[in-house]
Amino acid sequence: MAFLKVNHLKVYYPVRGGFFRRVIDYVRAVDDVSFELEQGETYGLVGESGCGKTTTGRTIIGLIKATAGEILLEGKDLTKLSRREFYHYRKDIQMIFQDPYSSLNPRKRVLDIIAEPLRNFEKLSPQEEKRKVQYFVEKVGLHPESIYKYPHEFSGGQRQRIGIARALTLNPKLIIADEPVSALDVSVQAQVLNFMKEIQKEFQLTYLFISHDLGIIRHMCDRIGIMYRGQFVEEGTSEEIFHDPQHIYTKRLISAIPNPNPQHRQEQVKLRQEIDKEYHNSYHQYFDAEGRVYPLKRISETHSVAIP
Amino acid sequence: MSKQPILQIENLRVSFRIHDEYYAAVDGVSLTVNENEVVAIVGESGCGKSALALSIMGLHPLERTKLEGTIAFKGKNLLPLSVPQLNQIRGKDIGMIFQDPLTALNPLMSVGRQIEESMDYHTKLSSSAKRQRTLELLKRVGIPNPEKTYDRYPHELSGGMRQRIVIAIAIACEPSLIIADEPTTALDVTIQAQIMGLLKELQQQMKTGIILITHDLGVVAEMADRVAVMYAGEIVELADVNTLFSRPLHPYTRSLLHSIPSVQTRKEKLHVIQGIVPSLQKLPRTGCRFKSRISWIDESEHEKNPILREVAPGHWVRCTCYKNFYFPQDNIGDMNYGIS
Ligand SMILES: Nc1ncnc2c1ncn2[C@@H]1O[C@H](COP(=O)(O)OP(=O)(O)OP(=O)(O)O)[C@@H](O)[C@H]1O
Ligand SMILES: Nc1ncnc2c1ncn2[C@@H]1O[C@H](COP(=O)(O)OP(=O)(O)OP(=O)(O)O)[C@@H](O)[C@H]1O
Ligand SMILES: [Mg+2]
Ligand SMILES: [Mg+2]
Repeated sequence: MAFLKVNHLKVYYPVRGGFFRRVIDYVRAVDDVSFELEQGETYGLVGESGCGKTTTGRTIIGLIKATAGEILLEGKDLTKLSRREFYHYRKDIQMIFQDPYSSLNPRKRVLDIIAEPLRNFEKLSPQEEKRKVQYFVEKVGLHPESIYKYPHEFSGGQRQRIGIARALTLNPKLIIADEPVSALDVSVQAQVLNFMKEIQKEFQLTYLFISHDLGIIRHMCDRIGIMYRGQFVEEGTSEEIFHDPQHIYTKRLISAIPNPNPQHRQEQVKLRQEIDKEYHNSYHQYFDAEGRVYPLKRISETHSVAIP
Repeated sequence: MSKQPILQIENLRVSFRIHDEYYAAVDGVSLTVNENEVVAIVGESGCGKSALALSIMGLHPLERTKLEGTIAFKGKNLLPLSVPQLNQIRGKDIGMIFQDPLTALNPLMSVGRQIEESMDYHTKLSSSAKRQRTLELLKRVGIPNPEKTYDRYPHELSGGMRQRIVIAIAIACEPSLIIADEPTTALDVTIQAQIMGLLKELQQQMKTGIILITHDLGVVAEMADRVAVMYAGEIVELADVNTLFSRPLHPYTRSLLHSIPSVQTRKEKLHVIQGIVPSLQKLPRTGCRFKSRISWIDESEHEKNPILREVAPGHWVRCTCYKNFYFPQDNIGDMNYGIS
């Protein structure tokens, strides 16, 4: 049994208009998406802006209601749970947000920021609470005295680690990281990515890692799902996606990554032009009459592509 | 083939007033941009890249900024010029592209009108000629339906389209220099590739000089002819793009190249640069500014007053600490990034 199984998930946002602000249409942000996560692995969700990555993540954690489909965590369908029942599972899934600057309340001390989820879920004495917070603060590599400071006294990378410490306090099993390093400088990025790998081993965490940076996805993820307009176009191991991409959209995405070797400049531009040509010439092999992709078809044990 | 310099920056210092005291964010930078050349400026957030760019455009608040040195544009120093004199040059001879196209555009004016308006100031074209030119520009930056797009408002366009509009405005008067401050940072990778291609194409057609500010070393590798690496307000390394990527010397450049995850090579751990960039007020103003971040390197390796030295033709490095620099044991070994 998969640790997390997302089954035919749909999330539609209503579009209101007209005199009575009636629902006139829907944005199909997530439109029939299925994937599975094994315990301890890192699964990457990639795709262009607006393709539905954040919506998928926020629906799994219960911040957005699914329009249809199932989200099975260790076999239990989270979409069918009542508010009270869901509360119990909420502890198991935590989220790390993109912006370490706005996601921490500037008026609260680090102690209160990190203890907040604890206070919601566990009844600890102030001493126990402090001890637990300090344990995690040290785990994320900050000084124990940091708990009396405020967010503005920390660098971007340190703030992101405070966010991670907060996510860890309830011993979650699954962490959804939505662009966790996008707002950070490259050197700080490296620090947070290394750290996320370390704690993954230590706490046996499963990651759903959302990013539009394919270099970071390649570095972090075991398996990858490529999203396009609310649907999956391809899914496979990191190796398969980067070395044997099948869908023209995936190929295009990968060829667009800047090549860090200036001596390969010409080839990269040529490759891009060829793939653009292929994209236009073979468009109808990959997209239906409405410009939507086909359902995923399995081409190997681990590799699936959306082709007719 | 001798290249014609368009921009010559000499010993530029840009200082901001913070609590009645001036602190230099750009501290003694010299840099030349030739025609038909892309010079990239890279470095960590806060190292002074934008402060440098804005000083060329004369866009700093005068009452809180002190500018010293010279910025010679086609041989003429811009720094002593008055605002009206600068306006003659700004937008006509120097075009600017910012990171966020939304803030650069007026939300209440159609994009076609905005492109025309950029010509109002510098050209005396009739209104029908201006419209004609605007439609040409829209086509040139790859907007599929120029007539229709002319009447659109910024919010009706995608991020990539908006950035194309900003580029159309920047090139409207055929500038000889374009300053692009993180032009693709806010865009998706496929759109970034298109915009990079477009900039490169325009640059080659118009023989424009481009200053490209970015923190993405991949973008640098694809776009730049020469690269200036900045740390804490100073240039620490300057070289042509192939040299910089195949034979980086300064510890900061080498650390940067190690800390990015790459699609080509997969490694378990990324290099982390110790410590943090000091704030403007706390910045050491003497000695090697990078010293505190490579604390395992012996003090004697650093110069007392580090200068930018030409160590090979066209390859400049600051301080002597690069000579015996090594990465500590628990870090990944030293290798040339990207050259496999
Ligand atoms: N609250 C909302 N109401 C209506 N539409 C929404 C809402 N939130 C998101 N959308 C739309 O749903 C689609 C998917 O958005 P989502 O934020 O999930 O994309 P994303 O893949 O995370 O993009 P990005 O990379 O820009 O973060 C987009 O078209 C977006 O405009
Ligand atoms: N108007 C200002 N007043 C005071 N300090 C300023 C001002 N503008 C910039 N600074 C400071 O000057 C330094 C350089 O800033 P600058 O914006 O040039 O950085 P940057 O290299 O462009 O960084 P980023 O990559 O984040 O854009 C920073 O420490 C910044 O806080
Ligand atoms: Mg998102
Ligand atoms: Mg900047």
